[in-house]
Amino acid sequence: MSAMRTAPENARSRDVKNRWLLSLPALAIIFVAALGPLLVMALYSFLEKGDYGDVKFGIFSLEGWTSVFMQRDIFDDTLGIADAHLAIFWRSIKLSLYTTILTLILGFPTAYFIATRPARTREIWVFLITIPFWTNLLIRTFAMQQVIRNEGILNNLLIWLGIIDTPLQIIYTDTATLLGMTYVYLPLMVLPLYASIEKLDFRLVEAGYDLYANRLQVLRRIVIPLVKPGLIAGSILVFIPSLGAYVIPRVLGGGKNLMLGNLIELQFGAGRNWPLGAAMSITLMALVMIALLFYVRNAARSGVRHG
Amino acid sequence: MPQKKVMRLSSNRITEIREHRRNQAKAGSCPLQDSIAGPSKGGDQHARKLARHLLDTTCANPRNGSLCRAPGRTKPIAHNPNARGHSLSSASDKAAIEIRGVSRIYGTGRDKVIALDGIFLDIMENEFFTLLGPSGCGKTTLLRLIAGFDFPTTGGILLHGEDIAPLPPFKRPVNTVFQSYALFPHMTVADNIGFGLKMLGKPKAEVEARVAEMLDLVHMTEMRDRQVSQISGGQQQRVALARALAPKPKVLLLDEPLSALDYKLRKEMQIELKRVQAETGITFIFVTHDQEEALTMSDRIAVISAGSLRQVGSPWDIYDRPAERFVADFIGESNFLEVEVASVTGDRASVRLRSGQEIPATFPEGTTPKDKVTIVIRPEHAEIVDPTDEAALKGIIESVVYLGTDTNITVRLEGGSLFTVRQQNSRSGSCGRAEGQSVGILISDDVAQILKD
Repeated sequence: MSAMRTAPENARSRDVKNRWLLSLPALAIIFVAALGPLLVMALYSFLEKGDYGDVKFGIFSLEGWTSVFMQRDIFDDTLGIADAHLAIFWRSIKLSLYTTILTLILGFPTAYFIATRPARTREIWVFLITIPFWTNLLIRTFAMQQVIRNEGILNNLLIWLGIIDTPLQIIYTDTATLLGMTYVYLPLMVLPLYASIEKLDFRLVEAGYDLYANRLQVLRRIVIPLVKPGLIAGSILVFIPSLGAYVIPRVLGGGKNLMLGNLIELQFGAGRNWPLGAAMSITLMALVMIALLFYVRNAARSGVRHG
Repeated sequence: MPQKKVMRLSSNRITEIREHRRNQAKAGSCPLQDSIAGPSKGGDQHARKLARHLLDTTCANPRNGSLCRAPGRTKPIAHNPNARGHSLSSASDKAAIEIRGVSRIYGTGRDKVIALDGIFLDIMENEFFTLLGPSGCGKTTLLRLIAGFDFPTTGGILLHGEDIAPLPPFKRPVNTVFQSYALFPHMTVADNIGFGLKMLGKPKAEVEARVAEMLDLVHMTEMRDRQVSQISGGQQQRVALARALAPKPKVLLLDEPLSALDYKLRKEMQIELKRVQAETGITFIFVTHDQEEALTMSDRIAVISAGSLRQVGSPWDIYDRPAERFVADFIGESNFLEVEVASVTGDRASVRLRSGQEIPATFPEGTTPKDKVTIVIRPEHAEIVDPTDEAALKGIIESVVYLGTDTNITVRLEGGSLFTVRQQNSRSGSCGRAEGQSVGILISDDVAQILKD
């Protein structure tokens, strides 16, 4: 009797063990590759900085965290607001928002155009959109530099056309960074938007026209509410990497107008302040998390409404 | 004799249609001007006049696609009171929609597809008008042209005498009930219904009052604040109807709106649609491929095939006096017989069957003696008898199919072709005929119709 009962129980516990064994590789990757480095970074942010980089193990310090937004006066050692850091945080957020808006303005009509092509040509357009991904980001950024530098294609063209006399100073400004990020992240906006618009039931658009809505009203009241998930996904996909952009502000912004990515890099490099770099990285992650939370809440709400 | 005729007409479909009409007449929603068995009551003269008129006014030449109208008449169909002798509604004599030589051609060169080929059609005010045809015949294209989702290659579309063909859909006082309903999934039932009025810039109070009125009309008041995804298919259908009616369109277009519903719900909605049409007095243009639906609901039907009009007329016209083989074949069951015209005198023609027997037939213009023609006879207009000399046709029973109310008896005629007779079942349930039996077929007077080539 008892043998009959234990046999299936044994089998069940073996099943459970096998399941854990089978998910071990996945768990290992998550812990070693994702959570591990994060924990190391969190640990470093609470340690005292070493004299030539690195950290002093065993010496707890909040200096890294306080230095994110505060700085010690050189003379009397009092804490004050770190204006430079705040400016960089603000510039990062501002430029990322601008990039998101610009890619949205450019990406929406593009995605709409592609989604309304016949099925066969649609694939070709999507393929064309993905072509930039084949080239290294650094190379694309340097190419952009060639276009917008003072003796570059853009300025030469404008002078040749007689629109301007002296070259426009675009390179090494925030505008250059903005242009570069818009160019690089545009496909990340177009693709999710396209996926959303492609699923849009265009009979609803016809129904809108039938019920006296003009083109603008159809866009505002029918198309945009229905493609909102794609709109939000695209915005997140552009905003997050923009916030941490490193190569583009470095190459096009000239290294003077730093963004968060550059500031963090500075701490691990010339700044020799690893705890501060680690704390800043975690702060950046928190910003991203807030953006994602916003997305999830929005998506959940629209999910309920769409049934 | 009239009694007997009525009995024999009672196939499944015809019974249903007639009952539906009777009920409507009893309910007093619209006067029953004539029943489907009308001609036998009204006498030969009446029937022949009707048939004659019908043939005058329908498409003569489907090959070049032109719709020939009776010479000297501008609005041949509607302006003749006979044409609507069987119609049930109070449709006026003023045209709501005039289709003037409309063609729609897609593509060019070898890819050229002629979706519509020179259509002329008048649809009257307050009329329940049906565009009937097989899928791909161009009926939906015509509807889309009227709605403004597509534009005619040539020709004009007049709404109360004004050309609307170049206008975008949002500038036409015409609304559509879509096949898929196309309700806005991100809005509530009430928001859907109020959308059109809101877009027209009506004040909020007016929109709300009209939405309440519409919800009441389609019995959906309790569902007002539901999301569209939370209501059933039939309810979505009602909301779609209310949404299209809310802005008080001059013409309501319905694109196969009942095709997604199950049989019972469809029956219910058919009656519902008729009721709403009678209550609102709006012209309905209804697209369907379902002949039964068309016969049940319409004041007039236009049969369309391959981009051209085949016949326009009341359900009675279309069913009992089909102008050509396509119409007879598409609507209901038909027996076709190759015969020779024996004589044409006045408005009476007679055709000689293979057996040598002559039977009277209604005929289109231009029929002359000795013509080889095709006549059509409906299965319920013939009777199985013993193979005496009295029988017009003789043959051997090939199959007997019991259908509940009726029995279909298929006879292999002496010439080799098949002829189906539908007989109403008696109480005993047996028609008394069996396969292999030698029988004769008796054809009632005035049921044979000569078809145009």
